[in-house]
Amino acid sequence: MQSEQPERLFAPSTLIFSAGITLASAAVIFCALLPTGSPLHMGGYMVSLLGKYLCFALLALSIDLIWGYLGILSLGHGAFFGLGGYAMGMYLMREIGSRGMYGNPLLPDFMVFLNWKELPWYWLGSDSFPFICLLILILPGLAAFLFAWPAFRSRVSGVYLSIITQAMTYALMLAFFRNEMGFGGNNGLTDFKSLLGFPLQSEGMGAALFAASALALLLAFLLCRLIVVSRLGRVFIAVRDAESRARFIGYRVEYVKLAAFVFSALLAGVAGALYVPQVGIINPGVFAPLFSVEMVVCVALGGRGRLYGAILGALAVSFAKTWFTTALPDVWLFFLGALFVLVTLFLPGGLAGLPDQIQEAARKKSVPSAAPLSA
Amino acid sequence: MFNCRRAILCICLLIFLPLRAYAAAELTLAPETLESLKSARVTDRNRAIEDLGRILSENASTLLQALRDGALYVDKEDDSLIILEADGQKAADAVSGTALPAPDKSRLRKVGTSNSQREAITGFLSGRLLRHPDADTRLRALENLLERSQTDKNLLLSLLRDEKDPRIRQRLEGSLALLSARDPASSPAELLRAVEILRDEASPKTRQVLEELQKGRDPAVAAAADKALYTLRVTADRVSMLETLFFGLSLGSILVLTSIGLAVTFGVMGVINMAHGELVMLGAYTVWGMQQLLPGRPGLALLLSVPAAFLVSGSTGALLERCVIRHLYGRPLETLLATFGVSLILQQAVRTLISPMNRAVESPEFMSGMLHITGNFSLTCNRIYVICFCLGVFILIYAIMHKTRLGLEVRAVTQNRPIARSLGVNASAVDSMTFALGSGVAGMAGAALSQLTNVGPNLGQGYIVDSFLVVVFGGVGNLWGTLCGGLILGLVNKILEPVSGAMLAKIILLAGVILFMQAKPKGLFPERGRAAEN
Amino acid sequence: MICKKLGALLLLGLFSFSGTAFAADDTIKVGILHSLSGTMAISETTLKDVMLMLIEEQNKKGGLLGKKLEAVVVDPASDWPLFAERARELLTQRKVAAVFGCWTSVSRKSVLPVFEGENGLLFYPVQYEGEESSRNVIYTGAAPNQQAIPAVDYLINDLGVKRFVLAGTDYVFPRTANKIIEAYLIGKGVDRNDIMINYTPFGYSDWQSIIAEVKKFGAAGKKTAIISTINGDANVPFYKELANQGIASSAIPVIAFSVGEEELSGIDTKPLVGHLAAWNYFMSVDKPINAEFIKKWLAYIKDPKRVTNDPMEAHYIGFNLWVKAVEKAGSAKVDDVLKAIVGLSVPNLTGGTATLLPNHHLTKPVLIGEIQADGQFQVVWETPKEVAGDAWSDYLPESKDLEADWTDPVNCGNYNTRSKQCGGAKK
Repeated sequence: MQSEQPERLFAPSTLIFSAGITLASAAVIFCALLPTGSPLHMGGYMVSLLGKYLCFALLALSIDLIWGYLGILSLGHGAFFGLGGYAMGMYLMREIGSRGMYGNPLLPDFMVFLNWKELPWYWLGSDSFPFICLLILILPGLAAFLFAWPAFRSRVSGVYLSIITQAMTYALMLAFFRNEMGFGGNNGLTDFKSLLGFPLQSEGMGAALFAASALALLLAFLLCRLIVVSRLGRVFIAVRDAESRARFIGYRVEYVKLAAFVFSALLAGVAGALYVPQVGIINPGVFAPLFSVEMVVCVALGGRGRLYGAILGALAVSFAKTWFTTALPDVWLFFLGALFVLVTLFLPGGLAGLPDQIQEAARKKSVPSAAPLSA
Repeated sequence: MFNCRRAILCICLLIFLPLRAYAAAELTLAPETLESLKSARVTDRNRAIEDLGRILSENASTLLQALRDGALYVDKEDDSLIILEADGQKAADAVSGTALPAPDKSRLRKVGTSNSQREAITGFLSGRLLRHPDADTRLRALENLLERSQTDKNLLLSLLRDEKDPRIRQRLEGSLALLSARDPASSPAELLRAVEILRDEASPKTRQVLEELQKGRDPAVAAAADKALYTLRVTADRVSMLETLFFGLSLGSILVLTSIGLAVTFGVMGVINMAHGELVMLGAYTVWGMQQLLPGRPGLALLLSVPAAFLVSGSTGALLERCVIRHLYGRPLETLLATFGVSLILQQAVRTLISPMNRAVESPEFMSGMLHITGNFSLTCNRIYVICFCLGVFILIYAIMHKTRLGLEVRAVTQNRPIARSLGVNASAVDSMTFALGSGVAGMAGAALSQLTNVGPNLGQGYIVDSFLVVVFGGVGNLWGTLCGGLILGLVNKILEPVSGAMLAKIILLAGVILFMQAKPKGLFPERGRAAEN
Repeated sequence: MICKKLGALLLLGLFSFSGTAFAADDTIKVGILHSLSGTMAISETTLKDVMLMLIEEQNKKGGLLGKKLEAVVVDPASDWPLFAERARELLTQRKVAAVFGCWTSVSRKSVLPVFEGENGLLFYPVQYEGEESSRNVIYTGAAPNQQAIPAVDYLINDLGVKRFVLAGTDYVFPRTANKIIEAYLIGKGVDRNDIMINYTPFGYSDWQSIIAEVKKFGAAGKKTAIISTINGDANVPFYKELANQGIASSAIPVIAFSVGEEELSGIDTKPLVGHLAAWNYFMSVDKPINAEFIKKWLAYIKDPKRVTNDPMEAHYIGFNLWVKAVEKAGSAKVDDVLKAIVGLSVPNLTGGTATLLPNHHLTKPVLIGEIQADGQFQVVWETPKEVAGDAWSDYLPESKDLEADWTDPVNCGNYNTRSKQCGGAKK
């Protein structure tokens, strides 16, 4: 695709896109901080909704990095998102302290309820924010490493890899559904009160979380960009397009894949951690295979292999979902389904590929050629 | 509320009375009894049933039987009791027995019964049926009696004296042995004989009695009981092993059924069909539709639904291929996106057009019940049918893929599309046919599932992940792999389940598959040759 | 370049979306928060329809406080975070006066902080696990003491059951219900070995091994019953397997807490006949008020085959309570309504009255019904009078000292009667 000539980090598209994100986010934060009476004031609902979109966008970005550039289709990225989210959830749970239903200063409500007498070992340290920040990175990273290292070493690839990533997230979902796991079972972690001592429901907190999400997304976007235009990025594409050749040339393909996969999982974990305080609940639903598939669909819809395409796709799908579920509650799935089908059929490059497609069509028109447009 | 103990007492009393019921002159039913039978209050009806139970007349029996079977109605206009035959056409006055013209249903109010009431009625009736001329009825009556109460030795002996039927004799001897084993007055010889008989009866009650005898004073009896217990335990172990095997096979065959269509579309064609589950769902809805068309004949409807489901899902699949997938060949991963959209549309279409709620699909008679193999080892019929159906479908697909021209062409197109085309194979027609075939098989799986689980818009969602897993575990593009993969996963799941619980068993299984894929990255039966490189 | 413009357009769209929120003053808005798609649509779609019917009917009577009622329907799509998002939208963007919604326990937990944070009012219509009382939620479904305890009493006293299988789906309602039942049974002198507890995942469909185990458990010579808290889709395969393995309802009866008329209408009832369910309402209850409700419902939904069930009655009661409270307060503002609503009584559909207690729970009769072949229940037992809902179970050690009271001196959702202190959920 864009692999023919070396690219600059700040290609015009990147520049415009990052500027766009920055400006739009700044505008949102500005509007959120305006006094309540002002006509441009944006309520907490809107801010946390947009914040949630940005988290999905970050998750989509992480999927695009490995799918678009390395050809690894992960149908289980929700797992890493969820692990990051649960790590954050643990901290928020501990923050509740004695404000819980049963007023136990140490144990979260659901543990009191299940007659647990003490905190399980894996909850230790979860009341320290720095430790949790570390955990948000370590947990998904470690899980990705443990899963991917043997898989890449034994050269599980293609659909086989996709399906076992799905099996992984499915297994995690079932595990987290179990009440014995100590993560609240089906109800998950919820009823959060505050973050770092500031109440979660306040508008300032909403704006801060939004800003954090926007910043994370921007940084992640630029970082991914940095990777894909670097030498490593070119190796990525070599692996995607001809894995065996890349191996014969002397690249340790499994290391390249592993590094990319773990990095992508880290991004997903961060996205999850930012998502949880903004929606106020984390439950095993994020591990559902369907959620991960939906995120992959976002990437495909936005146009894979372009990074900003994934972000656009996630924003578009999330927005469509919000809008449809309110405006057309009875029939919205028809529209969403049709959207997916039509985009695949008529926009092979996704939303982000639309301009290229139009240019292509225009060129074809001016220079009539015999070769049909290959689908 | 109804007093069970009193009912049992009545039964015993009845049995002691000479069984004159058949010869007895007609005893009149007291009007109060009939009044309380019509009452809306449960306690009133309880009293009425007890009263009726004491009357040994033919029409009291008929009345009780009708009441138990839910055929007794009250005419709302003249307040009379009416017995309505199951088809709703024939009716009779409940007291006099005279035939009546079929009444208007809206005039009738059903006299309801509760579980304990029906149980009591069965108790009353079975006491009267112990000497019924029909052997099956006698056996059933005896079973009812034995289940319910402490039996009287003399009664059993007297029954045994007159009994010719071997099954009933065995049952009577068994219960007599149980009684004498429990009787402290029995001599060691009697006890030994009892142990001998009990050895072949593996009910928990016998085990309990044998355990008591094992601790008994007489060493010979204790040794015999010990031996009998050992035999029982060995049989029980063997039975539970066979049961697990059967459970595993039946779970496995469901996995195979739901994934074999996918093995064709995904394995052979490389289309990641996320709408596969919805094609299964359409098959299940076909059964429901067929049963709506043929009310009252669920068995026939089910049989007809199998080909119909194939057609419905198959043509949906063909349509899907024509309109969507056709345009995406060469972009296999994008089929995921489009078919995901299709799956959403199909689900919502069912919700909007039919109903968001589950639909009731009846199970025909032949699908329910058990097949008794030995005394305490029996298999459920519907599972046996599903296993057979699964094997049948597998053989059919396998034959199509390997013995027909279509199969040959499919394999040719899969292996090398350009060369197949240059040899005159119409590749695009083959694609349509293959996809329709895979989808049709999914529909047939749905028809089978309608007998086991809910028929609702979410039916497909529950199977899609497992189906992909089975196909990949078995090896993409290999039908044998799908069969073995499905059966192995089912078996392992059922072996693990009693040890670890349902939830953990599934988690261990998934982890096992992930680990297994590290060892064999292309599944159980990897595809060899050039095509596998892509 | 066009794609960036597209992106900008998209963001613009988002902003304009936020601006659509304006409240018309000539109507009172009522939010309906039930899943219309996804796994829970099976149960929740009906509740949306009931609410629309009740609102339409109220409008025919001239509305409320001289204003028309306006239903605002949204679809949280069985997605728990989406429940919170939609709830916040209803409260802050659409400015609804009250919300009727949620089904699963997790959906309620998900919206709870939103309702407390935005000071909304939620009417929750489904039987639930208790151990909760929020100032902003009115629980119109049964608490465990209004369903589980009477059901167990029935099994012990009337059916003479000595051995119990507690089978449930692994989530918080069965966990709580089983914990309470277990404590209650042991208190009644039932041996621990005579209680078997089993949990299965959601949508579990392969019951072969578990039923075989239950069969063995039930063959020990003592009367056995299954207390089922199995949820939704797992029920059909469960009952089918019971019937197929030859377990008759007379031998081992099942008493279910989550199987109602609506669920029965979607399955082949043959294998279920004679099994039991405990609810606060059955469609078959022969009372004029119920007959009238059923008539209206069938006319509204234009399908003579539809049924009514317990959560529908809960919405009926909840809506009437809310209407009465708004009329009494003369305002639809949440604080005014909350002040007016405690202590109000409205007729229920089984011929009694439902009174809202200070703990935001209702008084409800408990009925035990036996499943009939036509998918209806025949009432075989009922409590002599309404039972008061108890938010905090008396049978659990950690909550037996807790009480909820939202009237003035206490005003607390988890007041510890021993330490005389209010726990975390204070307002």
